[in-house]
Amino acid sequence: MLIECRNLNKNFGSKTALKDVSLNVESGKIIGLLGPNGSGKTTLIKILSGILTPSSGDALISGKPIGIETKKIVSYLPERTYLNEWMSVRQAVSFFSDFYSDFSSETAYDMLERLNINPAERLKTMSKGTREKVQLILVMSRKAELYLLDEPIGGVDPAARDYILKTILSNYSENASVVISTHLISDIEHVLDDVIFIKYGSVTLHSSVDEIREQHGKSVDALFREVFAC
Amino acid sequence: MVPWNFNSTTPIYIQIIEHIKMSVAVGDYRAGDKLLSVRELAAEAEVNPNTMQKALSELEREGLLYTQRTSGRFITEDKEVIASLREQLAAEHLNAFLKKMNRLGYSPDEAVELLGRYISETGSERGGK
Repeated sequence: MLIECRNLNKNFGSKTALKDVSLNVESGKIIGLLGPNGSGKTTLIKILSGILTPSSGDALISGKPIGIETKKIVSYLPERTYLNEWMSVRQAVSFFSDFYSDFSSETAYDMLERLNINPAERLKTMSKGTREKVQLILVMSRKAELYLLDEPIGGVDPAARDYILKTILSNYSENASVVISTHLISDIEHVLDDVIFIKYGSVTLHSSVDEIREQHGKSVDALFREVFAC
Repeated sequence: MVPWNFNSTTPIYIQIIEHIKMSVAVGDYRAGDKLLSVRELAAEAEVNPNTMQKALSELEREGLLYTQRTSGRFITEDKEVIASLREQLAAEHLNAFLKKMNRLGYSPDEAVELLGRYISETGSERGGK
């Protein structure tokens, strides 16, 4: 099992962000982590990437408790930028290449070229969407076992979104899994194996996309709108 | 080649199966043609490789595809399988046609008569828009 969570809880003061989350994720899957704003998606991803520690419960990745060892095999795309703005794309690439032994500069430059991003450009002068593309390219250029992508497609245009999804599909290896948190479900539904619905910090559904379609006769997007109707 | 288009209600692997069957029936794929790899097909259709794999395995089980361990996956060489696939797809269309005509109040005989008249009236343009 690639990800194992047992009775995870996370509180911020009196606020409960995750409540008794237990879930297992196998290797070789693309999983959508779906939930409305404030449902706990980011908190769960941050726990798995080792940025937050749970208030109680256990989380294991590849059987190991989260820490230095798991960070080596987890490639995490945060929802906010963390690269230094003064860096050029080329500097960011070499920064990643220094930092992660599983990083491939060649893959990164290939993808940058496909998306017409100039490696000499500084992050500061880029549009928000372009900066997001650069970050996703960096994250996907690692040969990790688990990719945690927090809202990777929110800010980019539909054409780039298609390319990015193709990139995710063709770049992850068979023994890796990708967890994508998003609320843009219809855009990514066809690339997902499984979906996890998360509501008020609890997992309410964990099922395959095809099972949902078989059982409910509707798309994940339609089911989401029903389950989370305001 | 027919583009990959997926509706949002049927499981995707079933839509892939139907798509490939249609491509074989209309001759986009011929007997003995080699298929792209699972990954390439998945990228082309923009679906998950696992979903593509599931669809291809099912088609293999049905005998429309076969795998040669070293060289890849192929469309069956058996022309009879392909011929019966065409018939099966035609039967599905006919069934759908008759059902719709029935809802409009035509008996099967009336539907056939109407179809005959429609074909002779529209002549070479038949099957039109």
